Amino acid sequence: MSEVPSELKYTKSHEWLRIEDDGLITIGISDHAQALLGDLVFVELPEAGTEFVAGDECCVVESVKAASDVYMPISGEIVEINEALADEPEIINSSPYDNGWLFKMRASAEELDDLMDADAYQAEIDE
Amino acid sequence: MLIFEHSSKGRRGAPQSPAEKASVTSIPENLLRKDSAALPEVSELQAVRHYTRLSQKNFSIDTEFYPLGSCTMKYNPRACNSLAMLPGFLNAHPLTPDAQNQGFLACMHELQSMLCEATGMSAFSLAPMAGAQGEFAGVAMIDAYHKSRGDDARKEILVPDAAHGTNPATAVMCGFAVKEIPTLDNGDVDLEALKQAVGPQTAGLMLTNPSTLGVFERNIEAIAKVVHEAGGLLYYDGANLNAILGKIRPGDMGFDVIHSNLHKTFSTPHGGGGPGSGAVGVAERLIPFLPLPTVTRDNEQYRYLTAEDCPQSIGRLSAFMGNPGVLLRAYIYMRFLGREGMVRVAEFATLNANYMMAEAKRRGFTLAIDGRRASHEFIITLKNEAREHHVSAMDFAKRLLDLGYHAPTTYFPLLVPECLLIEPTESEAKEALDGFMDALEQIKQEAESNPEILHAAPQTLPVKRLDEVRAAKQLDLAFKAEL
Amino acid sequence: MLDSIGVDSIDDLFDEIPAHLRAGVLEAVPHGMNEMDISRLMRERASQNSTALCFLGAGAYEHHIPSAVWEITTRGEFYSAYTPYQAEASQGTLQLTYEYQSMMTALTAMDVSNASMYDGASSLAEAILMAVRANRKSKSRKILIPTTVNPVYRKTAHTIVKGQQIELVDVPYDHAAGTVTLEQVKQIQAQEGGDITALVLQQPNFFGCLEDVDAITDWAHENNILVIAVINPLTMAVLNPPGNWGVADTNPGADIACGDGQPLGAPMSAGGPYYGLLCCKQALVRQMPGRIVGRTVDLDDKEGFVLTLQAREQHIRRSKATSNICTNQGLVVTASTIYMAIQGAQGLENTAAACFANNNKLVEKLTAIDGVKKVFAGSHFHETVLQLDKSSGRPASEVLAALMDKGVLGGFDLSLDYPELGSAILVCATEMRNDDDIEIYAKALQEVLNMSAATAAQLAESA
Repeated sequence: MSEVPSELKYTKSHEWLRIEDDGLITIGISDHAQALLGDLVFVELPEAGTEFVAGDECCVVESVKAASDVYMPISGEIVEINEALADEPEIINSSPYDNGWLFKMRASAEELDDLMDADAYQAEIDE
Repeated sequence: MLIFEHSSKGRRGAPQSPAEKASVTSIPENLLRKDSAALPEVSELQAVRHYTRLSQKNFSIDTEFYPLGSCTMKYNPRACNSLAMLPGFLNAHPLTPDAQNQGFLACMHELQSMLCEATGMSAFSLAPMAGAQGEFAGVAMIDAYHKSRGDDARKEILVPDAAHGTNPATAVMCGFAVKEIPTLDNGDVDLEALKQAVGPQTAGLMLTNPSTLGVFERNIEAIAKVVHEAGGLLYYDGANLNAILGKIRPGDMGFDVIHSNLHKTFSTPHGGGGPGSGAVGVAERLIPFLPLPTVTRDNEQYRYLTAEDCPQSIGRLSAFMGNPGVLLRAYIYMRFLGREGMVRVAEFATLNANYMMAEAKRRGFTLAIDGRRASHEFIITLKNEAREHHVSAMDFAKRLLDLGYHAPTTYFPLLVPECLLIEPTESEAKEALDGFMDALEQIKQEAESNPEILHAAPQTLPVKRLDEVRAAKQLDLAFKAEL
Repeated sequence: MLDSIGVDSIDDLFDEIPAHLRAGVLEAVPHGMNEMDISRLMRERASQNSTALCFLGAGAYEHHIPSAVWEITTRGEFYSAYTPYQAEASQGTLQLTYEYQSMMTALTAMDVSNASMYDGASSLAEAILMAVRANRKSKSRKILIPTTVNPVYRKTAHTIVKGQQIELVDVPYDHAAGTVTLEQVKQIQAQEGGDITALVLQQPNFFGCLEDVDAITDWAHENNILVIAVINPLTMAVLNPPGNWGVADTNPGADIACGDGQPLGAPMSAGGPYYGLLCCKQALVRQMPGRIVGRTVDLDDKEGFVLTLQAREQHIRRSKATSNICTNQGLVVTASTIYMAIQGAQGLENTAAACFANNNKLVEKLTAIDGVKKVFAGSHFHETVLQLDKSSGRPASEVLAALMDKGVLGGFDLSLDYPELGSAILVCATEMRNDDDIEIYAKALQEVLNMSAATAAQLAESA
């Protein structure tokens, strides 16, 4: 049974989003997603400063048997990426919601309105 | 131990190269190599022994039953190798004038004709060097055909979800978008979904028949009609041609373009990963677009057709003529078989597969598709064993290796959970099939009584299970010798 | 067996195929033969092929191959094995491939090699696709290709990349040197708007001339252009390998190296099977198409080998794969690995140097003939362009045909691909040609040219 923290927002393609105190939005992949992929061996992150539109492919997470695109859930600009993942992609497996975040971006908070809450996401992955 | 670790400074197979190094000092110094390449330094015997030993760490058709589904691991007759390696063929420079290359060109011309007859197509090009390149040529021809008619709106290729991964990858390489068509539980393509999917944007449909699920597509005529009426073309992925050789021809099913994996159906060696050959055949309307070169015959002389002869061709796919040594082996194999032998191939491949499928069912295995004829291959799913005993298809595969059988294809097609795709081919005798089924049954019992045996397999091979995560994370892709 | 299945005949197994679609007799396929008859047929066919003395290169070369190479390669355990997906049952092929990758990186001075592509021409196409994926700062998808790159390589690359809106832009060569100059490259770059994704350089180039790889590589890197090297791997035993191109301190070396592995143990065999080598810098490894073998350990910590980075490949990544490629040229790579092991660096250097020396001897002998001259100045490796004086009155194709009548395969006719060179041929002498062979060629060419002069005179008289 995978963990779905109640304070986060989610997408059908298994990304999560968190609004930080400074207004930036942190994005990662869910516990359910990392479990499906298995041991991650590589993460290809976007560059800080890049702008994306919701729906764009923005990074790739790779395990031994699968490579999966991460889709940008909202529109905005990347301000920071999680450099630690370059050497230790397995952090995503051990801590998908904390140390295993992918990147932070600047976007309007309204962008999150249409995304799923924890209950809706839980229902989605139970299907 | 690596060949590099046998190295000793200054050692080499001395009789195999000029004794002295001629002067190269007239070449400007900045263009010359500064240090010698760090290659192994071993005697000829050391190299021979090392690589002979390495060969013994392989499973192969010559040493084990190799029922790898979708790969058609049939016997590769030895004569196909020795005759293709006659000096007259080996020493032929690829740019030898056609007049001095008639023996080789005659074989290629006859090979084209035999492939046309066996598949019901109008013309063949032998240029593609592997199945994926054959697919590329086929889809590029579909593109060229539509464009030659000013029909520029066809940007989409349809692919069943059961298809080989090369199909969608190829369509993208050719600049198309890919739309997947679902498959029904009985193995047939979802015809209603197909009807909804086609339109003026449809360039074509790529289909394998029999499908990767090991059953014949019964609605093939209806499918062809739907695609053709929408203005699209029908592409035949020839991966499973072995099942129907001489029984039904892709051209008669309505296909416009096909590739044939000569390394499957026509028994050229797999060679540990290649070389392959993916000859492409077309219906009349696509002939102008065939990849170069092809071989023609006029005035009793064989010659290569060039871009001057075929201005609408999609062009070249290789520096010369595909993989001629592979083509020769396929030619020799087809001459062995003849028209009667080709039909026997399909009959015995299908007999062996259906026998094994019946045996699998009798021994309590779950078939992925029950109540249908197997083609040349069939699928069992181990989802029950996985649920009840926590053993996976991978565990079964590894345990089979311990028992002296190469594993069937695992986890393909992706649609079937915990699956084994089993293809015995026509080469194998009943005793081999029974032996394999006994082994599979034994493993099933072990899974129930002592699943640890499966988890720990293999035990009898040169290595136990390998750490693939480490291999992908701490990349070690080349030995760096110290000079 | 039929009883177990529950049918009366084999034919019943095909009852799902609509009856009206069933094939009739395959009349255009001859009846089957036994091995005696096929052997006779194939020996006859093989004997119809040319046994002429070969001075032709242009992308395929006659080299000595130690007997051991193909004797080991065609052992059933290598010959009839499949792709090593079951690693534990394929350690032979996997370790050999790892050794191949190690040898190829040593020879090219590149960081990473894959397990091979189809051939040199298609490996250039894949190198171009790889460069477009890797160079994300460039938006143009324009690739500069000098016309000194093998013409069939350029044609093949065009066929394979044209579906993806990639533009291949020709760079003309300097007519005195037979190479491209940095000035010409800069000029084309400016004409094309400055943003170039990658640049291709062949060393030695199609004319056998040596390109100024250091200066052009450094300039390309300063301008955010990836460098794709096309090489003949045998010559890299002697020439500066692509991993060391450039003299700049930062970012040295070509980014991708490709080429045909045929000179390292594959017979000419009418055009194949050969294999394409493909190497790159470490930073590009995840853009590399095709199979790659990695070294790892098993459960007992014992060394072993597996296919790795498979998530890039078509069987997993489907429409998003780095390439549709599936097959490599495993068996030819097997031969090539054994070839390199037996030769070692010294054997390869002696072989390559002998090619250089023999070619120089050949050129010296042939240019001593009236009306035959070397076209390009500077050093030549392996091959040289010779111009046949127009006064001979015959095009290169006729001279080559006349030489063929005398048992000499005299070279490659350049007039179709390079009409500006006039009646010109590309000649080649590998380590296989000795002084007697070279003498035979010189004598034959002298006779052919004399004959043509006489014929020309005769024609003039009769007119």
